[in-house]
Amino acid sequence: MDKELLVRTLEEKALEIRKDVITTCYRSAAAHLGGALSLCDVAVALYYHYLRYDPKNYRAEDRDRLILSKGHSGCLLYNIFADLGLYTFEDVYNGYNKVEGAFGQHPNRLYLPMFEASTGSLGHGLSIAFGTAMALRSDGSDSRVFCITGDGELDEGSNWEAMMSAANYELSNLFLIVDRNHLQGCRPTEETVRLESLEEKFRAFNWDVVSFDGNDMSQIVDVLEALPPREPKARRKPLALISNTVKGKGVDFMENNPIYHVAALNEETYTRAMESLNRIEVSR
Amino acid sequence: MSSPKTYDASSKKTGNARVTFPFKIMNIMEEDPNVWFVFSDAARPDNSTGMILAKFPDRCIDVGIAEQNMIGTSAGLALAGKKVFCMAFGPFLSLRATDMIHTDLAYNKLPVCVIGTHGGLTSGGGPTHYTLMDSSIMASIPGMTMEVPADANQGLRAIDEFLKMDSPMYIRLARGQEPLVYEDDDYPFEIGKGIVVREGTDVAVVADGIGVYNGLRACELLEAEGISSRLVDMHSVKPFDEELLCETARKCGAIVTVEDHGIHGGLGSVAAEVLMESGIPCRFKRLGAPSDAFASLGYPEDLYRYYGFDAAGIAAAAKALLQK
Repeated sequence: MDKELLVRTLEEKALEIRKDVITTCYRSAAAHLGGALSLCDVAVALYYHYLRYDPKNYRAEDRDRLILSKGHSGCLLYNIFADLGLYTFEDVYNGYNKVEGAFGQHPNRLYLPMFEASTGSLGHGLSIAFGTAMALRSDGSDSRVFCITGDGELDEGSNWEAMMSAANYELSNLFLIVDRNHLQGCRPTEETVRLESLEEKFRAFNWDVVSFDGNDMSQIVDVLEALPPREPKARRKPLALISNTVKGKGVDFMENNPIYHVAALNEETYTRAMESLNRIEVSR
Repeated sequence: MSSPKTYDASSKKTGNARVTFPFKIMNIMEEDPNVWFVFSDAARPDNSTGMILAKFPDRCIDVGIAEQNMIGTSAGLALAGKKVFCMAFGPFLSLRATDMIHTDLAYNKLPVCVIGTHGGLTSGGGPTHYTLMDSSIMASIPGMTMEVPADANQGLRAIDEFLKMDSPMYIRLARGQEPLVYEDDDYPFEIGKGIVVREGTDVAVVADGIGVYNGLRACELLEAEGISSRLVDMHSVKPFDEELLCETARKCGAIVTVEDHGIHGGLGSVAAEVLMESGIPCRFKRLGAPSDAFASLGYPEDLYRYYGFDAAGIAAAAKALLQK
């Protein structure tokens, strides 16, 4: 597919998914909107093009694995999986944060086997991804393992333990995507626990690192096209992808607004949010 | 059913699970290429973990001094279909990596066997190095199995049971060179089922870990004074053998629990809860390490005496119960 068409297709899909996330929140219960909206473009690029992933056979042995360490963005993947036909949107609306429902604020793989791991407590995903990548390499698999963390999540020291181990074992099949939206639960990351220079930190931990605008589909496509080849058993530095994003991206009054880290929507805010997203469509 | 054969007080036989466990794991790895071993800075060229690393470098991961990463890594291996053993110093495993054990292993329901060494006061290293809350913590986690073997050989049987399971198990080991309780493996061993080591009717000692050995010696002291005591090896703190405990309470009417663990939340607490809800009248005393103060410095034998759960202390507690 030529790049322009691919970018446009993925952009359209990302816009659709953003609306789905907003609708889920309006139809059901409070959701972690800010981080879902910041991550949306990268997640769409992965699930609709770059992951080796067959929605009809989502447990296939040769699939690429994506460990959502920032489990609070579960709502984003719930909608992507609904869109991919793994269940219906009504399933999500009716089961989101309901007693005996399957769609929690954080995903549970036993309820939803399309999730590779049950997550929610931050700083866990990279160790899990490291273990899975070790197992797959040893099996001679050429599957890739992606782990998505937030940036505030990197405050958790366990990430850095996992980073050291992954570098030590030279895991070329492991990719860490940091959704760098610069805003954590309450305040900007740089005012909470300064992360910069994050690139230099990764390099110091013996990782390769790429930074890009994670809300610019053209840049996302360039970065994911340029991933190192699938070479089973190859030993290289693992790769960190710093995806610079805007928390709440796409909904003007949510962008960079910490109160939308997790929020409920009423009719008025829902309407305003959809109008804001519709303006993106119109502007294209 | 006849009681298991046990060593008498004159026996000098000991077992070191910190040595026998890695050997056992190595044998399992030899038989099953799907089994991995993850550890935390434990492989010296001259020790058993080092031997496994040399033999199976591709199925071992040394995460260094990083218990949280050790558990997460083990979970990741298990998600990719591996059966995993991981082993580290008990206090740091059970306290520092609790969230990972809870979330990555239990909540994800993964077959990972977590082996915590230096259980209880056995390290002699002071409160930072005592493991006095592991039973309490693990027993509170849904889906966990908590095993506290009475001796090194029994621990190996817990490993055999783990291999049949699809969920996590925590096995608590002592430091090494603890006395052996059982002469052989010729007794039924099942997760969630206690073992009647000695029959008796006046009073019962319900114990786990080193408490079983100390309890056995206590029962002999009681016997010499004409008191008939039952000894139950309650190696599974979770799942807990409520039936055997209740039967014991009905039969003896007096129970002393013994564990090298803080008395809040461990075997004694679980037993108390079960008994209270059962409504069976039973005199009851918990013995173990303190939970209201950090335990004293010292070597385990001295501390067992100091805290009253060496053989003499247990026998004294049993007699005191009978006075009530």
